[in-house]
Amino acid sequence: MTVTGQPAMTEQTLDQLQRAAFSYFLQAVNPANGLIADTTRDNSPASIGVVGFALSAYPIAVERGWMTRVDAVERSLTTVRFFRDSDQSGSPEATGHKGFYYHFLDMQSGMRVWRSELSMIDTAMLIAGALTAASYFNAETKEEIELREIVHALYRRIDWSWTLDGKATIRMGWKPECGFLNYGWDGYNESIVLYVLALGSPTHPIAGDRFEAWTATYQWENLYDYDFLYAGPLFIHQFSHAWIDFRGIRDRFMREKRCDYFENSRRATEVQREYARRNPHGFAGYDESCWGLTACDGPSQQEPQQETELADEPRRMFGYAARGVPYGPDDGTLSGWAAVASLPFAPDIVLRTARTMRDRYPENLSELQYVSSFNPTLSRADRRAWVSAGLFGLDQGIVLLMIENHRTELIWRLMRNCLPVRTGLSRAGFRGGWLSRRESNTNHANAHPQ
Amino acid sequence: MPTRNNSSSTAPLDKAERERRENVHPDGWRNPVPAACYSLVVIGAGTAGLVAAHAAAALGAKVALIERHLLGGDCLNVGCVPSKAIIRTSRLYAEMRHATSYGAQIPGDIRVDFSAVMQRMRGIRARISRADSVRRLTDAGVDVVFGTARFTGSETLTVDGTTLRFKKAIIATGSRPDMPSIPGLVEAGYLTNENVFDLTELPRRLLVIGGGPLGCELAQAFCRFGSKTIIAQSWPLFLPLEERDAAQILSDAFARDGVEVRLNTRAVNVRVEAGQKLVDLVSDDHKSTVAVDAILTGTGRVPNVEGLNLEAAGVHYDADDGICVNDFLQTSNRRIYAAGDACLEHKFTHTADASARIVVRNALFPGRQRLSALTIPWCTYTDPEIAHVGLYVRQAHNEDISVKTFTIPMHDVDRAIADGEEAGFVKIHVKEGTDRILGATIVARHAGEMINEITLAMVAGIGLRALARVIHAYPTQGEAIKKAADAYSRSRLTPFRKGLLRRWLRGWA
Repeated sequence: MTVTGQPAMTEQTLDQLQRAAFSYFLQAVNPANGLIADTTRDNSPASIGVVGFALSAYPIAVERGWMTRVDAVERSLTTVRFFRDSDQSGSPEATGHKGFYYHFLDMQSGMRVWRSELSMIDTAMLIAGALTAASYFNAETKEEIELREIVHALYRRIDWSWTLDGKATIRMGWKPECGFLNYGWDGYNESIVLYVLALGSPTHPIAGDRFEAWTATYQWENLYDYDFLYAGPLFIHQFSHAWIDFRGIRDRFMREKRCDYFENSRRATEVQREYARRNPHGFAGYDESCWGLTACDGPSQQEPQQETELADEPRRMFGYAARGVPYGPDDGTLSGWAAVASLPFAPDIVLRTARTMRDRYPENLSELQYVSSFNPTLSRADRRAWVSAGLFGLDQGIVLLMIENHRTELIWRLMRNCLPVRTGLSRAGFRGGWLSRRESNTNHANAHPQ
Repeated sequence: MPTRNNSSSTAPLDKAERERRENVHPDGWRNPVPAACYSLVVIGAGTAGLVAAHAAAALGAKVALIERHLLGGDCLNVGCVPSKAIIRTSRLYAEMRHATSYGAQIPGDIRVDFSAVMQRMRGIRARISRADSVRRLTDAGVDVVFGTARFTGSETLTVDGTTLRFKKAIIATGSRPDMPSIPGLVEAGYLTNENVFDLTELPRRLLVIGGGPLGCELAQAFCRFGSKTIIAQSWPLFLPLEERDAAQILSDAFARDGVEVRLNTRAVNVRVEAGQKLVDLVSDDHKSTVAVDAILTGTGRVPNVEGLNLEAAGVHYDADDGICVNDFLQTSNRRIYAAGDACLEHKFTHTADASARIVVRNALFPGRQRLSALTIPWCTYTDPEIAHVGLYVRQAHNEDISVKTFTIPMHDVDRAIADGEEAGFVKIHVKEGTDRILGATIVARHAGEMINEITLAMVAGIGLRALARVIHAYPTQGEAIKKAADAYSRSRLTPFRKGLLRRWLRGWA
């Protein structure tokens, strides 16, 4: 029971959820190259960001006894060998360019598909996962030494400074057909981990003032009586936190605001609850124990309407979109995984919310794995909410890592010892907390090989 | 420099149109015999020129006002006035279509009568033109001279061959639409603000190129009239200078209205086939072609500085930025000043008005009023409207000012809920640790009205703490500003202060 007397999710349930999430990486892998499918839908390509989560997931599985260390090392080695040997020519059919990788790759050949962009943020998640593996697999065995060497080679060959393209901040995508993409990525977003890795590079770092140029686009807002660094979709407040422990460490911006990014994510959780409590559009299901607006799949305009209650009220459906609060887009679609991924920030609230959402909308989970989203406003004849088809790898990854960080801080501990992360954070101006302490467990596996 | 005259307009010559033309450029007008020397010569009778001429004449100055086309300039004839008139009608159509959201029945036959829309607009434009009429000017003692001005020296100019001498002069020649250099556009024909209000038939399919204020306002209005409308914007967001959330809300509003939004998209070629305009669009690596009946461009404005022979007067200028002025709006010729779009970055009617008042004081008296001292609000009249005043957060950061923003979503404002107008927000930026207002952005159905309260507070030096003490009538949408001020007051209740208060109140128990 929680302090409010409402039932919360138990430790045993968390364990089950974690294991179910981890099973995605066993189901969706191509064992020949280590690539992981973006979703369980037919003909899904691999997503390099999901591969990053997989590389972080194997150490968790070893610690929890779901996988042998030998198996985990073998899977990790297969994966990083593939990326090491991949075509880096930057041609339209290659796998990557300048150390970065295309967002979506063919599961078999590893070549670019869907004319996808060379993705800086997804490459950062891939490398964060690889560095997690290098930190964990620190034995002096032939395989683990090779794993560490390849990971650092992958990191060292990334030309982070190229992504600036002469601008103040990192460009988020590039295509061989048209060069850098013009996304207009201003404001707080999930890319702190990208900036940290770019700053920490021993070979092609970006300058420290690039991070400050990015933080100059932040907006510190008082919304619903919470002071916080504003961003609408919940995933923005979570993804960098999967790898980096932001408790007590502060950059210049957060020092000025007497806050830190971890506390900020807690407040973002509260803002989501406040929005759901207000429920300005009157969607079904929303309340302070049922929320989670984030980037996710969702019903689209083309989809046949599955219920009749809203037949005479025009509603727009957004399909896959970055839903957020308080300005939307909001079409009544929520993500259970997004609520759970805030577990480390606000455990009492999230455990209660996760329990409520599971009890009310069991269709939100498929065999204990969270679907991308559900929409109670579009309920079907059997009163069950509309649910997104299949499973998404990113959702499983963030659930697995954030529950683990809540339970044991495993990923955070590994990355606190990771030299590129420590260096990058320092160059970004982060001070205090664990950064100011000398980590006893920093081992040579994390040193930059010369 | 392109010129227009009465005959260039193709608007139906109805009663209203005849009245407007009689007011702003009467047929058979004879220019007065010039005075030996004018205290002030004003070139251009748009907003800045009219304000300057009236103000100077009221002070007793001998004034000549030169206009090559129509009194009232773009604002009255082809800008703010006609656009707001048709936007009002387009809002009504949108509300009719969403009548059930207000508990009303959708009328059985919502048929857009475009000619009636434009007829109403012409009537409004004619009525408002009375304030800018030749008669009012001449009654005020202003010599109105129609023709093209050219400087011939530092104290002289000619109008179609007639020489005028002046002690002081103001260049208020305004601006014109920037024409995007797209191959085939000129040959295919296109609309700008200068001819779109002459339309007599609604284009069935319309492409709007440019996501600035004009493009956004007219794309939404024409879509609501029933044009199948596409808006292509080369930036990733509309209104690139505005807050990201404002632009996002606008994108959502467009999508709800049915405007096809093409962000990050450039028009690269236009051709005509089978009577329709085919426009090639490029977005990153994606190419497509759209077929439309009309193209409206709204890609910015350029100052009117050509043809004035400014070199003869020693007035420095730049083709893109306009007349070069100092903070007192004085040009490189100490006798000559500039006002309005011809010299200002912010090309709005109200800034033209404000700059003209500064110029009159500085030119005729030993005034030292500064342009930089102005607090300038602006508004884009989409639905919802987007209004701003003061600094943006990024500007404050660039000046190393720490900012905190108090945000009130309109869905927290009772009147907005009652009105069914919940899309939007009030964001007030204050200097961190103080209640001093640095700027604000308001997105709301009536944001243009609401921003004035913030502007007043900034000009008067009123902070959020004082605004919290101002009683706002309930229920009004302007109460959002009071709520932001209340949020500021609550934020001052730190845990320490709360503890003190608790102990104090316990003593009363």
